[in-house]
Amino acid sequence: MQPAATDWPVPERLVSTRVYYLIFAMLVVLTAVTVTVAEVDLGALNNVVALSIAVTKAVLVILYFMHVRYSTRLTWLVISAGLVWLSILIVFTLSDVWTRSWIAS
Amino acid sequence: MAELAAACAHQFDDAEQQRDAATLGMWVFLVTEIMFFAGMFTAYVVYRSLYPSAFAHASHHLNVVLGTINTTVLITSSLTMALAVHAAQVGHRRTLVLFLALTLLLGSTFLGIKAYEYAHKFHEGLVPGPAFTYSGPDAAQAQLFFSIYFALTGVHALHMVIGIGLLSVLIGRARRGRYSPLYHTPVELSGLYWHFVDIVWIFLFPLLYLFGIH
Repeated sequence: MQPAATDWPVPERLVSTRVYYLIFAMLVVLTAVTVTVAEVDLGALNNVVALSIAVTKAVLVILYFMHVRYSTRLTWLVISAGLVWLSILIVFTLSDVWTRSWIAS
Repeated sequence: MAELAAACAHQFDDAEQQRDAATLGMWVFLVTEIMFFAGMFTAYVVYRSLYPSAFAHASHHLNVVLGTINTTVLITSSLTMALAVHAAQVGHRRTLVLFLALTLLLGSTFLGIKAYEYAHKFHEGLVPGPAFTYSGPDAAQAQLFFSIYFALTGVHALHMVIGIGLLSVLIGRARRGRYSPLYHTPVELSGLYWHFVDIVWIFLFPLLYLFGIH
């Protein structure tokens, strides 16, 4: 016989399992959408849509599965700092590579 | 209820602060992991922008059906992992073991499908190196695509193997009753690791598989 939830003190924030199932359903739907949209030729928009959907899925996992929505401000700060460094890497590398042709060879 | 109050190490004010510190430390590590994968992702983005048609042609060799199945398998494993952490939080030991085992099973399924894909690539001669045979145009750029494909998915698969190792240890300890609502930090932190590996795949799948299928 497993102990009932009320037999133990639960000192931390408890996310209901309903939320997890809901997020899971959204992730599956978004996966279906991204595969379906990829089949349609939207030109340059394909990349934008695919990346937007991927970012949305990642945000859902981070906020709810990883409990970041209920985490401390300090944790939010560390995650944001990591994302800033990630953008520095991508933006500066791409701006270097994509403007090489501007330099007369 | 005083005897059930969670003990904490002396440098912390209370159990909640100790838990927050553990979570923060894990996230600092995950941020380094983000940068680790970001290097390879950037390499992919750079070369894809330089050789768009060659990369699109090469990516046609990837199996979108298997990739979609694998994406769904990993998303489901994140659900079972979150439910495992929940079970630990409310002290349901058997449910915890069940969901950890399901997560491990789904992770292994992912690796099995990945192994099948790799074997197929090997037989098609798409592994970069002296055995690389490519029938389309721009073979050099295609080999570059596959180098990055194997590097990215290979390192991701390595992270999955480590995650499965973690889960095996957790299952053993959970079965012996090591975790309770007052202490289940290893389960939570392993959960963070597992979700992170899922997020990496969430980006890998569209970038590698879905690019240029039209």
